Amino acid sequence: MNKLVATVEEAVLDIHDGATLIVGGFGLCGIPEHLIAALKARGSQELTVVSNNCGVDDWGLGLLLANRQIKKMISSYVGENKTFEKQFLSGELEVELVPQGTLAERIRAGGAGIPGFYTATGVGTLVAEGKEHQTFEGRTYVLERGITGDFALVKAWKADTYGNLVFRRTSRNFNPLAATAGRVTIVEAEEIVQPGELSPDDIHLPGIYVHRVVQGGVYAKRIERRTVTSREGTR
Amino acid sequence: MSEERSKIVTRAVQEITDGMYVNLGIGLPTLVANAIPQDLTVMLQSENGLLGIGPYPLEGEEDADLINAGKETVTAVSGAAFFDSAESFAMIRGGHIDLAILGGMEVAENGDLANWMIPGKMVKGMGGAMDLVSGAKRIVVIMEHVNKQGESKVKKACTLPLTGKAVVNRLITDLAVFDFTAGGMELVELQPGATIEEVREKTEAAFVWHADPSDRPGGGSL
Repeated sequence: MNKLVATVEEAVLDIHDGATLIVGGFGLCGIPEHLIAALKARGSQELTVVSNNCGVDDWGLGLLLANRQIKKMISSYVGENKTFEKQFLSGELEVELVPQGTLAERIRAGGAGIPGFYTATGVGTLVAEGKEHQTFEGRTYVLERGITGDFALVKAWKADTYGNLVFRRTSRNFNPLAATAGRVTIVEAEEIVQPGELSPDDIHLPGIYVHRVVQGGVYAKRIERRTVTSREGTR
Repeated sequence: MSEERSKIVTRAVQEITDGMYVNLGIGLPTLVANAIPQDLTVMLQSENGLLGIGPYPLEGEEDADLINAGKETVTAVSGAAFFDSAESFAMIRGGHIDLAILGGMEVAENGDLANWMIPGKMVKGMGGAMDLVSGAKRIVVIMEHVNKQGESKVKKACTLPLTGKAVVNRLITDLAVFDFTAGGMELVELQPGATIEEVREKTEAAFVWHADPSDRPGGGSL
């Protein structure tokens, strides 16, 4: 039951070439920054990465992109990255764009053992082309497939050694969903505590979904768009 | 803010009433938040997992773990809630969001919306826009009436790839407000300073307009 791993390098050691990864985070918020860095050092190639975004040029998944480790991205929005644009336009990188809610539900469904579901999102647009349609009570829906991955890379705020997780503020985003959908789920946390120290009422993701827990080290937590209210009270 | 955009925002905020759960899109719609009257209690939803967006944080109090869907640092209001992305879109897809105010590139007379992709240019993705237009109870699109070349963005049919088909309930531009109903597209208000002649000249779409509001099929009031 003890899932603690000593180092991030050890945590990603078996991520093989051609693996499919489901990676938590929204923009640069709640990304598993140390696991990504370790995976860059590990050098696994031809990866398929399911993640809402693809980082920025020099941070987050952008690091793996710049290192040419990613073959295909499945994302909802990828606008913040010049390397991405270059590799996409040259045909080096394959991209599947998925509406954000459909992406979230596909991962949730995958983790919950549901192979497909119907949604009205995207009906009548490019994303529904070639997919099965069905009418329920007069409204048209499109069939979308659940997603699972060989590995999930997740960032939590606190974890216990059994893999129970607590997330902080909006860094939760895709992380608990990703955790359910990995055949091997690897979690980095800011703080690791002993079982029993987290109240069962407060746990966002039960440890049953988690296979490895590692303390990430010091977090950079880069901010993508720093917006503030000045002390004088105007924006 | 330009005079056109300011007119749009001023009119758009009137769509928001006390007690509503509202999602504001990125760009111009985000500016609507600042115009919400203090005496209304409104919960703004951010699809990355926050119900109850507050103002930007004070300098020095930014938190990398607390951002909005535009990836800007924000705060959370008293009574806010955090949740994961599946829960967020359960709210949206399940019809629990009262109102979504979104930007637009083109709106067609049948209520089609295009706002995510220009063929031949880098495609960045639709983010949560397709989910919002098919899920929220009411969709209000706000955009400038014409593009930088002076061409109408209010079309007979969208030329750009769609975000959603027949999804727009109301369109607010710097010239007018239009509603989309079974009876087609109807001009229901002129913006201050606009004339019906100017709107006709700058609108490619066909729309109905009742000079005397009492002639409207639903009666006089809007």
